[in-house]
Amino acid sequence: MSIKIEHLNYVYSEGTAFEKHALRDVNLELPDGQFIGVIGHTGSGKSTLIQHLNGLLKGTSGAVYYNGRNIYEEGYNKKELRSKVGLVFQYPEYQLFEVDVFSDVCYGPKNLGLPADVTEARAREALRLVGLKEKHWKKSPFELSGGQKRRAAIAGILAMEPDVLVLDEPTAGLDPKGRDDILDQIQRLHDERHITVILVSHSMEDIARYVERIIVMNRGQVMFDDTPREVFDHYRELEQIGLAAPQVTYLMHDLAARGWQADVDATTVEEAAASILKCLGR
Amino acid sequence: MSIIRGRKLSYEYQRLDEEGNPESTIRAVDGVDLDVQEGDFVAILGHNGSGKSTLAKHINAILVPTEGTLYVDGKDTRDESQIWEIRQTAGMVFQNPDNQIIGTIVDEDVGFGPENMGMPSEAIWKRVEESLKAVGMWEYRAHSPNKLSGGQKQRVAIAGVVAMRPKCIVLDEPTAMLDPNGRKEVVRTVQELNRKEHVTVLLITHYMEEVIEADKVIVMDQGKVVMQGTPKEIFSHVEELKARRLDVPQATLVAYELQKKGLPLPDGILSMAELADELEKLRGQRG
Amino acid sequence: MLRDMTLGQYYPANSVIHRLDPRVKLAGTLVFIISLFAFRSAEAYVAATLALVAVIRISKVPPKFMMRGLKSIIMLLMITVVFNLFLIRGTVVVRIWKLTITKEGIETAVFMAIRLIYLIVGSSIMTLTTTPNNLTDGLEKALRPLNKIRVPVHDIAMMMSIALRFIPILMEETDKIMKAQMARGADFESGNLIQRAKNMVPLLVPLFISAFRRANDLAMAMEARGYRGGEGRTKMKPLVYAHRDRMAYLVMLAYLLVMFGANRIGFAARIFGLS
Repeated sequence: MSIKIEHLNYVYSEGTAFEKHALRDVNLELPDGQFIGVIGHTGSGKSTLIQHLNGLLKGTSGAVYYNGRNIYEEGYNKKELRSKVGLVFQYPEYQLFEVDVFSDVCYGPKNLGLPADVTEARAREALRLVGLKEKHWKKSPFELSGGQKRRAAIAGILAMEPDVLVLDEPTAGLDPKGRDDILDQIQRLHDERHITVILVSHSMEDIARYVERIIVMNRGQVMFDDTPREVFDHYRELEQIGLAAPQVTYLMHDLAARGWQADVDATTVEEAAASILKCLGR
Repeated sequence: MSIIRGRKLSYEYQRLDEEGNPESTIRAVDGVDLDVQEGDFVAILGHNGSGKSTLAKHINAILVPTEGTLYVDGKDTRDESQIWEIRQTAGMVFQNPDNQIIGTIVDEDVGFGPENMGMPSEAIWKRVEESLKAVGMWEYRAHSPNKLSGGQKQRVAIAGVVAMRPKCIVLDEPTAMLDPNGRKEVVRTVQELNRKEHVTVLLITHYMEEVIEADKVIVMDQGKVVMQGTPKEIFSHVEELKARRLDVPQATLVAYELQKKGLPLPDGILSMAELADELEKLRGQRG
Repeated sequence: MLRDMTLGQYYPANSVIHRLDPRVKLAGTLVFIISLFAFRSAEAYVAATLALVAVIRISKVPPKFMMRGLKSIIMLLMITVVFNLFLIRGTVVVRIWKLTITKEGIETAVFMAIRLIYLIVGSSIMTLTTTPNNLTDGLEKALRPLNKIRVPVHDIAMMMSIALRFIPILMEETDKIMKAQMARGADFESGNLIQRAKNMVPLLVPLFISAFRRANDLAMAMEARGYRGGEGRTKMKPLVYAHRDRMAYLVMLAYLLVMFGANRIGFAARIFGLS
């Protein structure tokens, strides 16, 4: 059970003046149950990449295997694939359309042709998973706050019970607490349901805090693919492509330059604090 | 002199039910006293729904107080005859870059405000040139806004406001929809306007790092101003900020963690460099 | 994909045609179209062709961009040609089964095709060399006399230019929402007509909401920048006729005269049986 990408290329508007090579020879293996972060500056190909995982975009060449089967095969069931690889777009609340939250969450499972009772059971489960209280279920999506709308939209994907959950900047536009809440919720989902989570984010701090593996995209290519500590060790190269390391990494490098025995690979606040305390003999 | 002066400012609106009857009254801004000095850089923090956007819209007279008063450069915003002067004094930049650019070409958009002011063409051109240069977008004057990055679009929107030569610019979460590089671009542009052109700035944001260099920080919650002070003072209250759904800069957070473990670090450390210096002092004391 | 569609098809280049006043270009296009229908001799069409080629060359827009506009009318063109070819009676040239092609049929078909193609190419020159805003400005000023009969010319022009600005944004948005719903198993392609219309609801509702939200934001942004209708507003790029514009009007007049002359020659030639 995994996703495997082989020599994937994608060219936009081929043959016109707007031609753009958005993905170049991408090779990746995404095994089950990982929590993966994808980073890259705007236009690096990360959004294009994730749209290939559920077959919304079809590579110009190369292949994507889901559980060993090439999704570009004749007659491959794309609808089922999309239910297994759930993709939450940026600002997903803009896709809400039903009269109430509950019906909107039912839309996905209903499209899969599931009977009404199963659909509703799934919707209830999904809404509970994202922590949206029952009193909001029968409200119009437009009566909810920004953070609640975002959860409702994510529930709409979860109701299809995906094995892989891909989220494109799920915290964009939310306030700090809203950001933490959503990410904690996703972490819990990952831990409890053992689903694969692929998180696209611009926040190096968030990435460092939650994921176990980072894929760095640059100009349509995979530039790094490793653990956060290893990837952020290349912070100079990351800066050159418009990215950065988490801020604490800079602190640790600064201290190391001043002769401290600081852990320069620390990427989270906790790791940094622990290393500083150790240096000071506490 | 206070360029913006609000006294017991409140704003209420009615929520209507499906038949259009008033269902409940919402007090979005609740008795706010606000004083902004000319030339200051003021940041307003607050979670979604804390009333900070509603307050911001008052400064441009898009909304007028239902109770209390607000004076912008000595003009009462409730006085309809002065509304256009107020809008010229206090420009406004909004969150979504796409929804505030009117022109199909960058320079045409920047000229929109001066056109509304009825200025002669040559004067408009001069202003457009000055403003686009001030935000570093002069080379893009002949481009279509649709082809620009988010940060560039916001700089064009800022230029559009600057072209009206306002004394004060209110920016309502201008960086919320941008990537980190776009955010830096915009904040740097705004800081420069404040320093070089002495434009008063009110920046509303969710990103604590953008606030560090402000002269003053105002924290809003439930329509009220609940904290006010320098960034150092405000970010000394880590727990209170968290309770108000806010955050602190990463450096402050590390310092706070270390304090909790018993390190005698001062409150309100804002940057990593500052923190490194303080840690160095501590090590010196020991060794 | 929807993003490939280009609506405001302005092609930036540095040519005298680009610099002309939009009103001149509007008038020129009108003159050209009228001339195509008013004068129908082969000689007149030679003159029209020469004029068209000359303008294209001067405009510095690659001809393939002109041809792009033709793609959309290719079906219409074929139908016109086929109908004319087979349905016009006269001297039979070829007979295929029950269908006959006549000399007159060929002539009319060719003329119709040329007329349609020139019409599209002629108006593409205008849209390719004029920014949409400039074009609406031109329309606004050319139609200003209508203000007197209470046609809100300024407001219409403002609406047009805002629409032009937002069409690409809404197209992209449509693409995004479509994908987002497809990620939830939506199907926009199969089913009968009613089914398909029903399937569009999850696309249309969010799209409308978004359009309204944008309109609301934009109205606020415009007000914040001091917009209060056309009154008292000045123009950053006011339309003032320059020397080249007056020359262009003269060229147009000359063109009409040449067309008229060419038409007379053709007419005379036919009367005297020279053709």
